[in-house]
Amino acid sequence: MFDINHGENSQTMAELSTRHLLGIKDLNLSDIELIFETADEFKSVLNRPIKKVPSLRDVTIANIFFENSTRTRLSFELAEKRLSADVVNFAASSSSVSKGETLIDTVNNILAMKVDMVVMRHPYAGAGIFLSKHVKAQIVNAGDGAHEHPTQALLDAFSIRERYGDVAGKKVAIVGDILHSRVALSNILCLKQLGAEVMVCGPTTLIPKYIGALGVKVEHDLLSALNWCDVANMLRIQLERQDIKYFPSLREYSMLYGLNKQILDSLDKEITIMHPGPINRGVEITSDVADSKQSIILDQVENGVAIRMAVLYLLAGQAQ
Amino acid sequence: MQNLTLLDGPKFQITIQRLCRQLIENHDDFTNSVLIGTQPRGIYLARRVAEELRKILPNKTILQGDMDVTFYRDDFRRGERQLVPNQTRIDFIIEGKKVILIDDVLWTGRTIRAAMDGMLYFGRPAKVELLVLVDRRYSRHLPVAADYVGIEVDSIASQKVVVSWKETDGEDKIILVSEK
Repeated sequence: MFDINHGENSQTMAELSTRHLLGIKDLNLSDIELIFETADEFKSVLNRPIKKVPSLRDVTIANIFFENSTRTRLSFELAEKRLSADVVNFAASSSSVSKGETLIDTVNNILAMKVDMVVMRHPYAGAGIFLSKHVKAQIVNAGDGAHEHPTQALLDAFSIRERYGDVAGKKVAIVGDILHSRVALSNILCLKQLGAEVMVCGPTTLIPKYIGALGVKVEHDLLSALNWCDVANMLRIQLERQDIKYFPSLREYSMLYGLNKQILDSLDKEITIMHPGPINRGVEITSDVADSKQSIILDQVENGVAIRMAVLYLLAGQAQ
Repeated sequence: MQNLTLLDGPKFQITIQRLCRQLIENHDDFTNSVLIGTQPRGIYLARRVAEELRKILPNKTILQGDMDVTFYRDDFRRGERQLVPNQTRIDFIIEGKKVILIDDVLWTGRTIRAAMDGMLYFGRPAKVELLVLVDRRYSRHLPVAADYVGIEVDSIASQKVVVSWKETDGEDKIILVSEK
């Protein structure tokens, strides 16, 4: 039918095992590797004078954000536009959601306008999974409550792979508010799939009980965690999700779990510093560390666009 | 499965050399011309042609790149299965250059259309020509014609034309594969 069959050694074919990207939990190792290989090529597209390909020119994507976001929303929108998709944006605060419309009604109304894919962020865990069972469009989870944030985990692992060549065998410490973090869960699942060792570090109150069941080490002392790891992923304290006091004061948290230049220089090796953003400078990480050459925070942002292009491209390309 | 060898041995080498001589007739010393092979199979021919040209023109720079057309294809979201993209490697500016697109087999012409589309993202070439090793005649879906042709083959849609290369497959050979 198509002229790809020049010979027996024609181009390799593969597709994701899932129709939606709801969480890393649904991806297997070959899915993640396929996303990375595709993202490699999109990263090279992003470094060309014309940073665009026409692949998704007949695809319409709605970005539906029920929660605030700067990086993720911009990154998705750029990824969509660089794939030549048509994009509509929707923020819950300025919509009929505030008039009492339900999630399914809101989304079905958007889909009635012939939208193919929905990128959604929602404050409730499982919102994407719920939606995927009730509407026809393909769903990409851009963060659901304290549950998962799959594209963030993929871009984090992709950045580690870029820095070290491989993720397998690397030691990654995730430091901070693990309890309220969707980045932490997705990162743990993704890094474990790729064969990395993972440690979580933070005050006892911010580490979920039984997290060891995911196959991660637990540490409460920052210096020990840093001495163990190759990569430290510093998470923000999610004050907006904390309904009770989990530690006495931000100042005390910062003294015990904040990463500063002094601690970094006291280590006998050079570790890589990551942060998913937004940074609270002076709380979990000081400015001089965030801006140091060990930090790959801005590389993470750059890779975010390539990873999201890969995810959207691979999902859109599946047989309809 | 029935295999018919269309070209191999010394004749294969002579065909490539003839294509190179024809290129030199039109492109002189290649100061303003570049070669671009299409992924996945056209790059071997492009590399072979570049290598041969460097032997004939030892003091000249022959620029050669690889173009992957996956993102520019017209069958995205239409096929059964998805294609994994290959690497695009074009380390020079195409703007104002004479581009020689190179593929192993010209069949429907759709890959070449995609390659021309993708190429424009690297600049506006002064001229584009097409070189192929095998032209499967009377099978075009699009008005595409090659400027330089190794051999012409009459075949039917169910047949396949396979070019194998010494570098990857152990032998330089063109075979026609029939279903029965």
